[in-house]
Amino acid sequence: MRAMAHLAAAIRRAPMLRDRSNAIATAILGAAIAYAGFRLVEWGIVNAIWSLPRDGGSEACRAARGEGACWAVITERARFILCGAYPFDQQWRPAGACLLFVSLYAASTVRTLWDWRLLLLWILLPTAAVTLLRGGVFGLSGVPTEFWGGLPLTLLLSTVGFATAFPFAIGLALGRRSELPAIRGLCIAYIELVRGVPLVTFLFMAAMMFPLFVPQGLTVDKLLRAQVAIVMFVAAYVAEVLRGGLQAIPRGQYEAAASLGLPYWPSTILIVLPQVLRISIPSLVNTFIAFFKDTSLVIVIGLFDLLGAGKAVLVDAKWVGFGAEVYLFVAFIYFAFCYGVSQYSRHLERLLMADGRHRLVDKTI
Amino acid sequence: MISTTRRSPPLFGAEASSSNPRARAIVWQALALAVVVVIVGAVAFQTVTNLRARGIASGFDFLGRAAGFEIARGPIEFSSRDTYARALLVGLVNTLRVSLLGIGLATMLGVALGVARLSNVWVVSAIARAYVEVIRNTPLLLQLLFWYSLAQALPGPRDALNPLPGVFLCFRGLFFPGPIWQADYPWIAIDRPVLAGFGFQGGASVSPEFAALLVGLTTYTAAMIGEIVRGGVLAVDKGQSEAAAALGLSRARILRLVVLPQALRVIIPPTASQYLNVVKNSSLAVAIGYPDLLSITNTTLNQTGQAIEAIALAMAVYLLISLSLSLAMNGYNAAILRRGGRTA
Repeated sequence: MRAMAHLAAAIRRAPMLRDRSNAIATAILGAAIAYAGFRLVEWGIVNAIWSLPRDGGSEACRAARGEGACWAVITERARFILCGAYPFDQQWRPAGACLLFVSLYAASTVRTLWDWRLLLLWILLPTAAVTLLRGGVFGLSGVPTEFWGGLPLTLLLSTVGFATAFPFAIGLALGRRSELPAIRGLCIAYIELVRGVPLVTFLFMAAMMFPLFVPQGLTVDKLLRAQVAIVMFVAAYVAEVLRGGLQAIPRGQYEAAASLGLPYWPSTILIVLPQVLRISIPSLVNTFIAFFKDTSLVIVIGLFDLLGAGKAVLVDAKWVGFGAEVYLFVAFIYFAFCYGVSQYSRHLERLLMADGRHRLVDKTI
Repeated sequence: MISTTRRSPPLFGAEASSSNPRARAIVWQALALAVVVVIVGAVAFQTVTNLRARGIASGFDFLGRAAGFEIARGPIEFSSRDTYARALLVGLVNTLRVSLLGIGLATMLGVALGVARLSNVWVVSAIARAYVEVIRNTPLLLQLLFWYSLAQALPGPRDALNPLPGVFLCFRGLFFPGPIWQADYPWIAIDRPVLAGFGFQGGASVSPEFAALLVGLTTYTAAMIGEIVRGGVLAVDKGQSEAAAALGLSRARILRLVVLPQALRVIIPPTASQYLNVVKNSSLAVAIGYPDLLSITNTTLNQTGQAIEAIALAMAVYLLISLSLSLAMNGYNAAILRRGGRTA
């Protein structure tokens, strides 16, 4: 009896039934959502086609168009979407590279590692992942970058891009707040120039103009060119995040460092930057998510990252017209990464806020 | 123990500059400028050498030549005999057209979303939250390709969807009645699209590329603006609306007279940068084949080989749009602050 009373109270306290307007809206919108959900389940599960006869066409899928999803395109082509054109028997290597990147993200959430060890991990793990993909050492066969693709390429472009851009961004952020007019001017010009143009123009520049910039006969790998463009672009945005952090440091910190007789570089490296990095972490995570998504733009210069590989599947005459299924699958992977990281970022923001400034300051990197 | 011996000031080397702040400042700046000049100079020299070796003439002469490609019908007449300069102008107009429409629609949808997120009705705020999370955690380019693949999966003109009388939706685009100007009274008439051959004739139409780009930009930006609006309203001190309520103002007037004017100060700066993002994101049109500025630039540089000039031109135009939009927004922001008097 008491259990029933508890249940009734819980139902009355449920957010969707809090008061009359809530109950009415829940009833109306709930019916609409239930109908939409029903249709979605019908399309995505009940009437869906999960596999096609071997060596056959996609007629069964075409017959079911509009009635049921064609998940056969995913079950048949998932390995291409995830690994790109990487040699089939070597695909444990892209899988391993993904694992390395994911463990890097996981390690970055461990707050006790937030010191030089994290820095070391951000250098070691991406290097290991690139080596694994590249091969040519430890008995691994060499795989040229034009065969790299899928999820590891997306993780590589964003993670290596962010890590490499970081030192440049610190330089730009400090330069923008420098008292030396020439250095400040150069940094402002660079940051504003980059932030004023779309990333796609930078990628075009990398694809079409870089070959004109270097001596003839020296060809720079296309992937490397795209990576350089991403680094140049990300650096300007990260610099602005760090500038926000620099402005948030109380003046007293600079003055205290100066009164100890510390010159510019020691006070910057020992006093200012550790605090800036800590308070900037949530914004840095958000910037990382933004560029994680934006690396998908490399498909306009012909690289096959996760989205590019998905798009490439649709060129096949057998799968033309099944864009919705492929893009939903790819979207699900992006969502899993971005949502996970953004939830972590929110959690971190609350944590750092509750921590207060003192706790932030005492554990310097 | 403090040493009393005074060292004589060093005359050269790193120590010399570190002992004198002004000299050090000059050395650092000269060094930075020298590095930049050397890098830019080396790249420029190498580029000139390469261009000469490949026999590519630099300069903007190509702008005056006939483009030789067609562009889908738009507000500016264009034929393949027109110049590259005119083609790029068509691209710029297309960029501005989709951006401005996207900004307008995204603002309306975004404000609605922001209000929905704050709704007391749980289902409404939950739907808005789910929408925002899905949109914000997937790449915009993916969304564009998704919308475009949906547009392409529509039936052909003969089996076109006909949701309203005179409105047709097929993989060739959206066709709907539009006004046409006439020589005599009443000067304006409504023209309805009619099925003719492999498509529709007459009326007004929207290409599937334009539709996909507009829908993608609008739904994406609206999610961003929705979060900004929500943050702005939440940033207004609760005491403000309580004080207004104590004065006997109605809920609608509290929102309109007290909360919104204060929230606007928080909302406008990030919204301005979202507007800038719409213009920059419209360049993703290149991936679905809508003839925006960057798509036309891409075609131009592929045909003429003038990569540096074409990309520099496109970058300069985007930069110009960005700078003028941010100037306008700063002015508006300043006006709001002035009108509102002192901030709380």
